[in-house]
Amino acid sequence: MIVAERKTIPELVEILRPHKKILVLGCGTCVTVCLSGGEREVSIISSALRIASRVQDLNFEIDELTIERQCDNIFIEQAAEPIRKADAVLSTACGAGVQAIAERFPEKPVYAGLNTTFLGILEERGVWTEKCAACGACILHKYGGICPITRCAKRMLNGPCGGSREDRCEVRADRPCAWQLIYKRLKDINQLERLKEMEPAKNWNPSLSGGPRMLIREDHRV
Amino acid sequence: MNTGNSEPKIVAFCCHYCAYAAADLAGSGRLQYPPNIRIIRSPCTGRLEINFFMKAFEAGADGVLVAGCEEGSCHFKDGNYLAKGRVNTTRQLLQEAGLEPERLRMVNVSAAGSQTFVEYVRDMVETITKLGPARHQKTTAKEQQGAIR
Ligand code: SF4
Repeated sequence: MIVAERKTIPELVEILRPHKKILVLGCGTCVTVCLSGGEREVSIISSALRIASRVQDLNFEIDELTIERQCDNIFIEQAAEPIRKADAVLSTACGAGVQAIAERFPEKPVYAGLNTTFLGILEERGVWTEKCAACGACILHKYGGICPITRCAKRMLNGPCGGSREDRCEVRADRPCAWQLIYKRLKDINQLERLKEMEPAKNWNPSLSGGPRMLIREDHRV
Repeated sequence: MNTGNSEPKIVAFCCHYCAYAAADLAGSGRLQYPPNIRIIRSPCTGRLEINFFMKAFEAGADGVLVAGCEEGSCHFKDGNYLAKGRVNTTRQLLQEAGLEPERLRMVNVSAAGSQTFVEYVRDMVETITKLGPARHQKTTAKEQQGAIR
């Protein structure tokens, strides 16, 4: 899922300062699951903005709404009326959702309430970790299902770097060394042989070259 | 909640299994404590969410006291630990919004701790009196509709 984090209230106040009627618009998908931009968080952020508005004499009028998915026109439609009534929208969706709303309402200022941070999973209660960099050419099959690009701090394709202590990464002692995990996993599935192969430098064309990526599926088009 | 006068208004979320019982015991034992507290009984402090605290402040509370079981003795195992994390997160949010984090406090009381409960209430009232009203005078009519009375 997409993982995101709330911007601080002073940051949001600065962004919203020129406006009066503000719609805080939540998203019921990834950011609900990672507890950063769903209905509950919309309520919390809205309360904080109302309190900030009183304390700092800002005259904000805050409305709240959460739709199922902000990256999908079908659901955006349900928010059309409240969006039209507002002077500005503070979207607590991921960056894709914020832009989808902005595209649908060209006259309306739409701001991001969150910092979209990574593609990851819930590792334990209240802890999310990054697992995928969306590089566009998956190499997980070579590394026992552990992504060295995302999970090794030096993004080494032919690791380890030699700096790990016990099973900890030398860059972040609170995180495991990805290469320790890769070694262990390959051993467990009898594929240690894979480590004898040198991996050439990664071709980043599917990721960073050629501008924003697109996916076109002829089988789904008319 | 009317914030027009200078008496601080404090909402106390009390766990049914400990602090609420302690408050009850304080009452039957005729222990005196300031009348600024409005008690809301909760099945467990673990039921309390950040929104509850924020809504209380939004509605005009000057302070919020969360009273749960002593650490390690939650009726539902870890509800008071959950509450602790939520209280700390809310304190951070209050500070960001421009209110003093001291306006929200969590305490731990046993069901027999009527005297302790009374002391915590007195202490809280003293803190909030010193801080003064939570600068809520500008509450609009629309916002007052959902306010605590
Ligand atoms: S210690 Fe391991 S995870 Fe950290 S940078 Fe080196 S190889 Fe990568």
